[in-house]
Amino acid sequence: MTRYLIERIGQAVIVLWAAFTVTFILLHVLPGDAILIKFQNPDLGLGPQQIAEIRASYGVDRPLWLQYGHAIGSFLSGDFGYSIQAGVPVSESIRANLPPTLWLTGLGSLLAAVIAMIIAFAASLSPFAWLRALVRSAPALFVSIPTFWLGIALIQIFSFRLRLLPVIGAEGWRGLILPVTTLAIPISAPLAQILVRAIDDVATRPFVAVARAKGATHAWVLWRHVFRNALPPALTVAGVLFGELLGGALITETVFGLNGIGRLTQDAVNNQDAAVLQAVAVLSAVGFVVVNLGVDLLHPLLDPRLARKERVLS
Amino acid sequence: MTVPPLLDIDNLVISYDDHGRRRAVVHGVTFAIKAGEVVAVVGESGSGKTTTAQSIIGLLPENGRIDGGAIRLNGTDISGWPQRRFDGLRGVGISLVPQDPGVSLNPVRTIGSQVGEILKIHAARGTPRRAIHSRVIELLDRVGLNHPEMRAGQYPHELSGGMKQRVLIAIAIALRPQLIIADEPTSALDVTVQKRILDLIDDLRAEYGTAVLLVTHDLGIAAERADRVVIVKDGRIEEQGPAAELLAHPRSDYAIQLLSNVPSLARSTPRQTITPIDGTVGGQDAVVVEGLTHVFAGRHLAGPRSPVIDSLSFRIPTGTTHALVGESGSGKTTTIRAIVGLLKPTGGRVLVDGHDVATLRGEALRRFRRTIQLVYQNPFSSLDPRQSIGRMIEEPLLNFEPVAREERARRAETILERVHLPRTILDRRPRALSGGQRQRVAIARALILDPRILILDEAVSALDVTAQAQILALLDELQRDLDLTYLFVSHDLAVVRQISDTVSVLRHGVLMESGPTETIFTHPTSDYTRDLIDAIPGRRPASPISSNRYPTPQILQEASFS
Amino acid sequence: MTVADPIETRRDLSPDRPAWLRLPRFARIPTSLALAWLIIAIAAAWSLAPDLFTAYSGTAGLALQHRLPPGGVHWLGTDELGRDVLARIIFGSVHTLSGAFVAVGVGLVAGTLLGLIAGSAGRLADDIIMRMVDVLLAVPALLLSLSIIILLGFGTINAAIAVGVSSVASFARLARSEVARVRTADYVEAAFGSGGSVLAVLWRHVLPNALTPVMALAALQFGSAILSISTLGFLGYGAQPPMPEWGLMIAEGRRYIATAWWMSIFPGVAVVIVVLATNRISLSLRGRPD
Repeated sequence: MTRYLIERIGQAVIVLWAAFTVTFILLHVLPGDAILIKFQNPDLGLGPQQIAEIRASYGVDRPLWLQYGHAIGSFLSGDFGYSIQAGVPVSESIRANLPPTLWLTGLGSLLAAVIAMIIAFAASLSPFAWLRALVRSAPALFVSIPTFWLGIALIQIFSFRLRLLPVIGAEGWRGLILPVTTLAIPISAPLAQILVRAIDDVATRPFVAVARAKGATHAWVLWRHVFRNALPPALTVAGVLFGELLGGALITETVFGLNGIGRLTQDAVNNQDAAVLQAVAVLSAVGFVVVNLGVDLLHPLLDPRLARKERVLS
Repeated sequence: MTVPPLLDIDNLVISYDDHGRRRAVVHGVTFAIKAGEVVAVVGESGSGKTTTAQSIIGLLPENGRIDGGAIRLNGTDISGWPQRRFDGLRGVGISLVPQDPGVSLNPVRTIGSQVGEILKIHAARGTPRRAIHSRVIELLDRVGLNHPEMRAGQYPHELSGGMKQRVLIAIAIALRPQLIIADEPTSALDVTVQKRILDLIDDLRAEYGTAVLLVTHDLGIAAERADRVVIVKDGRIEEQGPAAELLAHPRSDYAIQLLSNVPSLARSTPRQTITPIDGTVGGQDAVVVEGLTHVFAGRHLAGPRSPVIDSLSFRIPTGTTHALVGESGSGKTTTIRAIVGLLKPTGGRVLVDGHDVATLRGEALRRFRRTIQLVYQNPFSSLDPRQSIGRMIEEPLLNFEPVAREERARRAETILERVHLPRTILDRRPRALSGGQRQRVAIARALILDPRILILDEAVSALDVTAQAQILALLDELQRDLDLTYLFVSHDLAVVRQISDTVSVLRHGVLMESGPTETIFTHPTSDYTRDLIDAIPGRRPASPISSNRYPTPQILQEASFS
Repeated sequence: MTVADPIETRRDLSPDRPAWLRLPRFARIPTSLALAWLIIAIAAAWSLAPDLFTAYSGTAGLALQHRLPPGGVHWLGTDELGRDVLARIIFGSVHTLSGAFVAVGVGLVAGTLLGLIAGSAGRLADDIIMRMVDVLLAVPALLLSLSIIILLGFGTINAAIAVGVSSVASFARLARSEVARVRTADYVEAAFGSGGSVLAVLWRHVLPNALTPVMALAALQFGSAILSISTLGFLGYGAQPPMPEWGLMIAEGRRYIATAWWMSIFPGVAVVIVVLATNRISLSLRGRPD
C-alpha cells in the first residue's frame, strides 16, 4: 500500500511538472505579449528604449530556459510572478478571487451529487414504469444543455418572468441560488448517467438475487448491496469531472457577472496575460491531480479487492 | 385426509416479454416435491429449468410473467403473490443455492455480514448483535469452513470457489427452510470440490429434513443425488419418475437419447484404440514433451515462486488421442501454450513433428503453425464477432502462399461439409449460431490449413450434453478420415475415457501419472487419480428413497412463515 | 476446470434469461433514434443549402424590423438589427456543424493513433503516451482550449481545433483500453495461431473490434464539441460578429434578455436539440450487443 502510494504521488508530481512545462512553452511562444499590449499604447508615449527597460524589469528579455528555471523556482515557493495588466502579484489576485469560486464550485458539486443520487434512486425505485423512464431520460437532456444558455434561461424565467430572485449583483445566498443551479445541472448529468448504468449493471449480478432470496426487500438490496458496488465507477467519473466543474464555474461567473477565478481568467485571455493564465492552469492541474489522487486512494476503502492490488491511474 | 405435498407445481406456464411480444418458455410443467425429498430437474440450455426454479422463489426477471397454472407451497398457491409477501417467505420457507459462487457473494461485504444478513432480516426487533454473530459462526462451522471466526471477517475474494459455495449453503440453511432450490450448485466448481459440496448438501438435508429442488444439466449428478428426476426440454416435461427407475428404463425418446449422450452414464465401452504400441517408437511421435518447466516471471510480490509446470514429460504417438487431465491451476493451459509456441517455457523442450518449438522464431514459427492448431474452450470468445463465418474459415489461407479467391471459397465449403454445417451459414455472423455450431466453425477454421495435430482445450466443456456428444463423434470421425493427432485437454474424466487412447493426469503442474486410458481408469496408481475417478458423478447408483432417513416432521413445522 | 468467463459459460448453460429471444436489431428502429437521425439530416441540409429553407439573409438586417417578437412573418422573431432569428439559426448551422466535424476529426485521428500506439507498441511508448494524456486531462478542457486559442487567434476554425485538441485525451484513453481488451481475446490469439502476421491481425481483428466503441465516443464528442464551440463563441473567442454562430447569437441576445428573450432562447434550443440527437445516435452505436 505504501509502495502504491509513493508510486501514485510520484506520478502526480510528474504530471504537474509536465503541465507546468507545457503551459509555459505554450504561453511563451505567444505571438502577442502582455507588455506590448499595455505599454505600446501611444497615449503613454513610451519609446522603444523605455519599453525595453520595462521588459528587463519583468525579466522577459532573458533566455527562455533561464526564465523557465526561474519560473519553476518561484512557483514552488508560491510566487506566481506579476500580472502585467493589473500590476499586482498574480498570487495576490488569485487569493482575492479564489474564495467566491471555491464557494461556487463547492456548492455546485454538492448539489450535482445530490441531483445525481436522486435521479439514480428514482430511476430504480419509482413505482411506475413510465416515471422510471422519464427520470432515466433526464440526464441525457441535462448533458445537452449549454451551461451559459441554461444560466440565461434561468434568469429569464426566475428573475424576469416570475420575479422570484434578483437578476444580478444580489448579495449573499440569494445571489448564489441561480449560479449554483446553473453549474450543478450539467455536472450532475454524467454522474447520474454513470450511477444509473452502474446500478443497472450491478442489479443483474447473481449476488443481488442471492440477497433477494434471503428475503431482503428491493430497497434494502439497493441500498446495502447495489449502491456500494455502483459507487466506485461514479467516483472515478466524479474525479474526471473536476475539470468540467472549473470550466463551468468560469462560464457561470461570466453569465452572472460574479467575481472569481473565471473573471480573472477571461481578463487574462483578453490581455494575453501569460503569468495569470499559467498560474490558473497549473493551479487547476494541481486541483485535478489532488482530487483524483484522493479518488484513487478512496477506491480501496470501497472495494476490499483493491486493498492489496496495484492500481494504475486510468 | 391427505397431506398436500410440500411443493406442488401444477400446469405452470411462464412467458417473457420480448420487445412487446410475449414468448412462452415454460409450457404447462407439472411436478411435486414431498417434504424432505430431493427432486432433480434436468435439462439443457433453453429448457426452462432455471425459469421454473426462479418462479418458485418469486425471482423471475422483470420481463418474465406467470401466465397460468399454480405453484402451491403446503397447499397455498403462491404464484400470484406480490413481491412484498414473498419477502417474508424467501429465506424462511424457501432458500436458494446459486449457480456460480464466484459471483454470488457481494464482493464488498464480509462473509460474516452476508451470512448474518439473512438472520437480521427475519429476526425479531432488538435481537442482540452477539446472538447473530455466534449463530453465524455456528453456521460457518457447520458447513465445514475451518477457522469460522476468521472467515467471518474475510471478504469473498479471499476464499476459494468451494469455500464460497459453502458460505452460500450456510446462508441457505440458516433459517432451516422447508425447501432449498439448488440451481446448478456445482457446475462452476472443480470435480473433486463438486463432490464434496454435493455431499454437504446431502448431509444437511438429512439432518434438517429439508427438501431440495436440484436444477442441473448433468444427468449424472441427478442420477446420483436425487430421489426423483424430472427431465425437461423446451419448456415441457419429457419424463419424470423415481431416479433409479427412470435411469434404468427411460421411456421417452429424449430421455433415452440424453442418457446415451452423458459420458459418465454411458456403458463403459472402451474406445477402439488406434493402438499406440506402448510408447517407445520415437520416430512416430507427433508430439514429445520433455522435462517441460515453466515459472512465471515478473510480479514483484514477495514469496517463493513455485513453477506452474514442473518437469513435465509425455509423448503422443501420431494418429492417436492423448488426454491431459487436471483441475484448475494444474498447468494444463500453460502446457498447451508452450506446445503451440505462444509461450516460451523456462525449461525443457517440446518437439512437434521433430521440430523444437522453442527454437522457432519469426517466419519459421509462423510456418510451423500450419502443422498444429488450437480449438478453444469457449466458442463465444474464440470467433471474431464482426466477421462472417465464411471469411473466418478462409482467413488462415491468406497467411501463406496465395490462394485464388474461388479456390479459397471451394476449400471453405469442403471443410464446412466435413464438419457437417450447411453452406447457408457462410454469410452469417457468429452470434446467429448455437454453441455447438460455433464450435464446429472453430474446428473448421483449425482444419483448413491441413494441420497434423489438433489441440482441443476443453473444447466441449462449454456445450450441452447433446452438442457435446455430437462434437465428440465429429472429432472421432475426423481423426479416422484425416489421420489427425489430438491433444485433448479436459477436466472431465468421463469424456476423456470416451475419446482418448492415453492419459496424463496433472496436478499443480506435476505429472501424477500417465499411461493407456483403460489402465488408468481400472488401476489408478495415484490417490489423486482415484479421487478424480470417484468424483465422476453418476457412478454410484441413485439413492433409493427411504423416508426413515429423515427426522420427524416436527422440525418442518418449526420453520413457519407468514 | 477452467471457466474462462462465467458469464459466457452461463449463457450456454442456462440462457433461460431472454437473451436468445431478441430479434435482429434492424427489425425495429426505435422512434427516438429515427427522430435523432431526422434532426441531424435537417441540420445537415440547412448547412449545405441554407437558402432553400429561408427567404431572409443571415447577416443583413431589415429596416424598421428590430426586435420583433415571434410571429407569422418572422417565425422566431428578429434581433436588434432587424435580422430574422430563424434565418440566422439556419445560416449558423454550417459554422456549428463544420466546427464540430473539425473538432471530432482532430480528436479522433490524433487520439486514436496515440491510443493504438500506446496499446500495441510496448511498455515504453505506452508509459510516455499515457503520461502525456494525463497532462492533457489534468488541465481543464476549457482552459486548454483557451490557451490554444490565444496561441492560434480567435475564429471558428481555431476554436474547433482547440476543442479537438482538448478531446484527444479521451480518445487516446478509450482507444488504448479497447486495443488492450481486444488483444487478449481468444479470436486474436487464434488468428496468430493460424499463422497471421502482427500487421494482418491488427488490421483484420484488433482495429475493427476496437473501433466500434471509439466511433460511439466520436458521436458523443460531436455533441459535446457543439457545446464547447458555442461556449467559445459565447465568450467571444470563436466566431466574430456579424457571423450567425449559435453561441455568439446567444451572447448578443443576452443584452436584450429582459425585452427580447427570443434572441437568446431559440439559438439555445437549436443547440440542445442537435446535441440531444447526436447523443441518442451515440447511444445506439454503443448499445449494440456482442
